[in-house]
Amino acid sequence: MWRYIGKRTLLALGIMLCISLITFIILNVIPGDVAAMMLGDFATADNIAQLRENMGLNRPLPVQYFSWLGGIVRGDFGTSYFQNRPVLELIHISFSYTVVIAVSAYVVAVVLGLSFGILAATHRGGVVDRLVMHLSVFGISAPSFWVAILLQLYFGLQLKWFPISGAKAAGWFVLPAFALGTRYAASISRITRTSMLEVMGQDYIRTCYAKGLNRLRVTIVHVFRNALIPVITILGNDFGALLTGSMITEKIFNIPGVGKMLIDAINRRDIPLVQGGVIYVAIICVVVYFTVDILYAVINPNIRLTKDVN
Amino acid sequence: MSAEKKKSYYSESFRLFRKNRVAMVSVIVLLLLSALALLAPVICRYDPNLQSLRDRLQTPSAEHWFGTDEVGRDIFTRCIYGCRISLSVGIVSQLIASVIGYLLGVSAGYFGGKVDDVISFLIQVFSSFPFLLFAMALMNVLGPGLLNLYLSLGILSWAGTARLIRGTVMQLKNQEYIQACKTDGGGNLRIILKHLLPNCVPMLIVSITLGIPSAILSEASLSYLGLGVQIPTASWGSMISESQTYIRTHTYYSLFPGLLIIITVMAFNMLGDGLRDALDPKLHSGGSL
Repeated sequence: MWRYIGKRTLLALGIMLCISLITFIILNVIPGDVAAMMLGDFATADNIAQLRENMGLNRPLPVQYFSWLGGIVRGDFGTSYFQNRPVLELIHISFSYTVVIAVSAYVVAVVLGLSFGILAATHRGGVVDRLVMHLSVFGISAPSFWVAILLQLYFGLQLKWFPISGAKAAGWFVLPAFALGTRYAASISRITRTSMLEVMGQDYIRTCYAKGLNRLRVTIVHVFRNALIPVITILGNDFGALLTGSMITEKIFNIPGVGKMLIDAINRRDIPLVQGGVIYVAIICVVVYFTVDILYAVINPNIRLTKDVN
Repeated sequence: MSAEKKKSYYSESFRLFRKNRVAMVSVIVLLLLSALALLAPVICRYDPNLQSLRDRLQTPSAEHWFGTDEVGRDIFTRCIYGCRISLSVGIVSQLIASVIGYLLGVSAGYFGGKVDDVISFLIQVFSSFPFLLFAMALMNVLGPGLLNLYLSLGILSWAGTARLIRGTVMQLKNQEYIQACKTDGGGNLRIILKHLLPNCVPMLIVSITLGIPSAILSEASLSYLGLGVQIPTASWGSMISESQTYIRTHTYYSLFPGLLIIITVMAFNMLGDGLRDALDPKLHSGGSL
């Protein structure tokens, strides 16, 4: 087990290093001049030269990369060009909002997804099953920002149940949670259904029924528990995706999370903030996937015994 | 795979596919959408970018089927032109992704060793970073535009295909006919293109079809954020973004592009599911593979 964890840790570190390099290349190497981009169309050559000097852009690229990387390792993500505050400080303020949205959307996704999946599997071929499956195809296909607009329209403007913009109290997060969570609920319900059906076809489940156990007990204790293993991987990956996928939802509901911060930073061409924010989110993402991998290996011993680095 | 067997494999797949009613409906929907996209200049009576402030924010009517937007452009026309963007971004970006994915996946699976280590690592990197975020960063640097959308979505979404192909090729390369070709003096390139590629085609078809809907959704998201197509080009995502100011009074405005996204994405998802089932040799009656 420790060997496996060690291997995965090394891999995760390697991946982070590679992602930092890709981020740096995307934002610095192609194409042209970051300083000119940040100052916009009306900048004079002098202004650009000054900013290049201040930001250390006149140094060779590898030097810039390693000094940026060194900063990150020490916890220094640079300084926002527009707000003149440390990037890490800005990220920490906004990240708490993102975590709240992601967690509440996750609860929506898991509760809806698992219960619909179980419902569909136990009513296989029936009306309920077909209804759930059609709904889930719809849920997977609908863009989250459009679902958000519909929710705002109906529950916010028509029924006036929830506020549609801002983040002041728990009620403010209900619509964003559903807007973001439904899509994941749809995919979780599909996988839960498939996995449940697979387990239900096994001989030992037939034995359970033959022994006279009641249906509910068999479904929950025997089928669901065994069907959960493939579902857990998806659940873990979804959490990572939610943390980073809340960007557009934040923008629509005007919640000052990391996503909105990054979108604003991109629009203002605040490169240090974009660069720091992207790498921060990417690191979180890798850490989440890594944790899921380890947990998965703890639950399912087959993995750590047979699965090598890949 | 001999020519005769190959034919029977695809004809068996086609027979299975035709029996799948959901998949056939999705084909019809997609053909219809493609026809609309291709024939846009013929079908539409208006210029998608022609502003007419006198006619702004009109409700749907015989004159303007879907109504008009805030600067008086015909929403129906813009929806049809938006279809061109969505379909082309979906298809082209996934073709790019599948070429990259095939080449890297086949190299990893076929050569193994160090090559496999490096490519597998890259696959891990590209599947563990936040996709939309990097697409945003890339589009921010490259600037909005159709070509940049093709490239950035294509470059960022090859990892899934590569992983699939790698796994398949690792199994295939030990089969007798590949070994025979090697003993016969067949070069690596010949084996990769002539013998391994045909076996990977069904898988590539499925992964392209199932990749298209996510590419379409990503394009819509990017355009929604103003990082997709160049203004004033009509894209479903940018239309929804423009419509947001008017949802209180002009609900229909955001409804049409949203519904079109859902219909298109749903059709591709169902087509992909149907193709996956039809091309799966395990479900073929004769077991022709």
